[in-house]
Amino acid sequence: MTMTFTEPEITKELIKIHGITEAEYARICDILGREPNYTELGIFSVMWSEHCSYKNSKPILKLFPKDGANLVVKAGEENAGVVDIGDGFAIAFKIESHNHPSAVEPFQGAATGVGGIIRDIFTMGARPVVLMNSLRFGSLDKDQNKNYLRGVVGGISHYGNCIGIPTVGGEIYFDDFYEGNPLVNAFCLGILKKEDLVRAAATGVGNPVYYVGAATGRDGLGGAAFASRELTDESHEDRPAVQVGDPFMEKLLLEACLELAKSDAIVGMQDMGAAGLTCSTSETAAKGNLGVEIDLAQVPRRETGMIPYETMLSESQERMLVIAKKGKERVVEEIFEKWDLHAVKIGELKSGNLMQVFDHGKLVAQIPPKALTDEAPVYVREECEPEYLKETRAFDLSQIADAPLPSLRGVPYGTTKQSRTEIASAALGRLPRNDDEGSWNQTLLCLLDSPTIASKAWIYEQYDHMVRTDTVFLPGHDAALVRVKGMKKGIAISTDVNGLYCYLDPFEGGKIAVAEAARNVACVGAKPIAVTNCLNFGNPMKPEVFWQFHRAADGMSEACRKLGTPVTGGNVSFYNENPRGAIYPTPTIGMVGILEDIGKRVPSFFKKEGDFIYLIGTTYDELGGSQYLLTVHGLRKGMPPRLNLDFELKLQNFLQACASDRLLHSAHDLSEGGLAVALAECLFGCAGKPMGAEVNLPQSGLRIDSLLFSESQSRVLVSIAREEENSFEKKVHSSAIPFQQIGVVTRDHLKIGSWIELSSRELEQTYRQAIPRRMGE
Amino acid sequence: MKACVVVFPGSNCDSDCWHVLKDVAKSDVQFVWHKESLLPEVDLIVLPGGFSYGDYLRTGAIARFSPVMRSVEEHVRKGYPVLGICNGFQVLLEAGLLPGAMLRNRNLQFICRHVYLKTENTSSPFTNCLKHGEVLRVPIAHGEGNYFCDEQTLETLEATNRIAFRYSSETGELDEAFNPNGSLAHIAGILNEKGNVLGMMPHPERVSEAILGGEDGKKIWDSILSAVA
Repeated sequence: MTMTFTEPEITKELIKIHGITEAEYARICDILGREPNYTELGIFSVMWSEHCSYKNSKPILKLFPKDGANLVVKAGEENAGVVDIGDGFAIAFKIESHNHPSAVEPFQGAATGVGGIIRDIFTMGARPVVLMNSLRFGSLDKDQNKNYLRGVVGGISHYGNCIGIPTVGGEIYFDDFYEGNPLVNAFCLGILKKEDLVRAAATGVGNPVYYVGAATGRDGLGGAAFASRELTDESHEDRPAVQVGDPFMEKLLLEACLELAKSDAIVGMQDMGAAGLTCSTSETAAKGNLGVEIDLAQVPRRETGMIPYETMLSESQERMLVIAKKGKERVVEEIFEKWDLHAVKIGELKSGNLMQVFDHGKLVAQIPPKALTDEAPVYVREECEPEYLKETRAFDLSQIADAPLPSLRGVPYGTTKQSRTEIASAALGRLPRNDDEGSWNQTLLCLLDSPTIASKAWIYEQYDHMVRTDTVFLPGHDAALVRVKGMKKGIAISTDVNGLYCYLDPFEGGKIAVAEAARNVACVGAKPIAVTNCLNFGNPMKPEVFWQFHRAADGMSEACRKLGTPVTGGNVSFYNENPRGAIYPTPTIGMVGILEDIGKRVPSFFKKEGDFIYLIGTTYDELGGSQYLLTVHGLRKGMPPRLNLDFELKLQNFLQACASDRLLHSAHDLSEGGLAVALAECLFGCAGKPMGAEVNLPQSGLRIDSLLFSESQSRVLVSIAREEENSFEKKVHSSAIPFQQIGVVTRDHLKIGSWIELSSRELEQTYRQAIPRRMGE
Repeated sequence: MKACVVVFPGSNCDSDCWHVLKDVAKSDVQFVWHKESLLPEVDLIVLPGGFSYGDYLRTGAIARFSPVMRSVEEHVRKGYPVLGICNGFQVLLEAGLLPGAMLRNRNLQFICRHVYLKTENTSSPFTNCLKHGEVLRVPIAHGEGNYFCDEQTLETLEATNRIAFRYSSETGELDEAFNPNGSLAHIAGILNEKGNVLGMMPHPERVSEAILGGEDGKKIWDSILSAVA
């Protein structure tokens, strides 16, 4: 076939469209010793985008603690971090964003986000066994956000279910600040035998380079560059930049690649994710300190007339680059033949330091790979404290009456007048009629009815969360817990971050995100071991956004150091803005922990009538940034709770020790909605059959709303068998941890002091119906 | 017992079934790749759940043309037990080894959760350890499990005691409220005429160990073990 396409001339306009600054262009000319051609400009554009180069975030990412015991692969070394879990096994895990594609095309955006993170894991020779996610949307009172939720959950469900990896948990918040810029962060964890670890380095001059998997099309052209700019009203015109996923193809690719990893026929493997063929070729060559030569004529394509620029930049899904051992070509080809997949030799490793791209023998690009990776530009951005903090910090709790609100005000913020009335009267219909002055009962129901707090069953029941038969805790517990067949150990995982806290105080918010995720893991009895993070922020060119980014990273680093959980990798997603401004700073944490004996796991729900309930930790008047303030009063104000890391560590060690001694029937972390919501949640272990609790809170001089809804940190609700009372109290005393026995588990009512008395059925119905009702079911 | 689990491209409950047959039912079990045309000598064939061929065209529609299916048919003719779970059930329907078809779930969404099953047939090789009316708690995980067949077929299924399980309440009550996907006559699993082929949407392999929150699925493996013994 003859090329009829003439490549455009490199003009200032074209350079600008590629997101390359004048200074960067000068540097490119310097590196090449000439001006780049169109293909090369495209290659530099994607490789030097924030998404691939981390050019704006690198100086901050260096702050994270990266060292720790048992690390096999550290942050930045490979596609994902790898931690030794003993008995010859290791785990590989990572969390990554797919925010911009999901904003433009929710279903495919989310689906390919899942596909991408799965590839990152099996590229390393690990079998993916767990998926989780962290999602953010605007209010569910708006149709657009319902469509986002339906599309994103549908996309995750489509991809994860089909490929057969269980989605075992996650977290989700709804807030106006995510309007138009939803967040879709996908987490994957895989297990491997340590000797099966595959690196992404190209070594051995003369070794053949294979292209395997699906054919290349024009989808996802320049996706990495697309992800590195703000969404605008015109972003939907970028739809071709969103890829289309095929989980069936990826399932075949997964099985073939894992066979390959065990085969001894390869030296390296790299997935073609962001920046596709360009990124995988240049990165593997750069890592191996070698040159590489490929011929695009060999690349399997599903569209005709593709020019080298398009072939190099396509982000078509389900493709990998494999560096085989010379002489083992047939082994590679036979494995892929078995799975009916392409495996085509497209080039080989060369000595020297050049990546040479040919098209039918004609040289179309020639660049030193290191110039695209290690030597990409790095910027230290300007930062300054945002103005809004003056106002939010000045908030004084005494401005808010410590009283239940009249009915009409107890309605989610941001709803229209009409729906506020509807919701309020619906809530009232469930309450005693003499209650028009409002009641704490109603306040609690209002919180349980807010989608951020409510049951997420509508979401996780669309995910196959049981396939692989390793899911020991079904979704809904503080942390997900999976077994490893043939091993005594369990793996506990939690994803977490409270964006509102980070908005009000990014340092404390970052700290809390790490501490709470670790606490969730400790609640099930496991020891937190390492962290992956996905840093979702606004435009880093804005000094206020960069300040948030830096402060949040500082807070996270401090917590990771103290808790002994190094950061093993993750990703950065900037430019999360809508026409009204940046999203909340949202540094999502994926915390992984190990439970030495899965037989000693601790569930989050009450288990038995008559058990004693204890509140561990101390409650303060900390309503700043709380869901109570947001949902009931419509305020995003105050300082979020303070967190003492020394105490946090002590508490988590205590929880693990109690689990190890089998003292606990349940343990549940207090978070959004405080004590009252946590107590209610403890009742919902068995759908349709809620338990009850009768609780009395000692006088403490706190406001009533604080007692019930404060979000003070480092607090946990535990329940124990009556006969364990003495041994438990002895243990908690000797640990010097504040605690109170606050009540007992009962059959079917929740009673908290003289303030709250509700039937458990009503609580559960409100909690379970909140999202389905808004989704029109 | 000797058993095999057929692996189609896109099967994803194959290793779950293998695990439960080996470690729970203590059987001698092996995988059989769909391109094989000869099956090993076994007492039981399992067609596992998953998304064979990515559900392209229709669920199970392409898998039925796999070479291995000829041997499966042969096996059925000879009277050996064949169990199709979830996608395996869909493949059996497409292959004509069981009557009827699957529609998308009534709510048009994938549903993964525990449901209750009322045992209707206790004479088949898959149900002989169960009591009539016994209720099992077993999870479903499918997008197309809404069973449908024509009136005459349904009459025949009812009259010949070939409905193995129906969706029910915890106490065995039949009502649309307990029917998760809209299946005709609450059907969760059916048998062929001879009774040696069972197709069921729920996943017994997911509730055969206490650590997974239930062991009701074990009763099906126990039944098979006692039938082939």
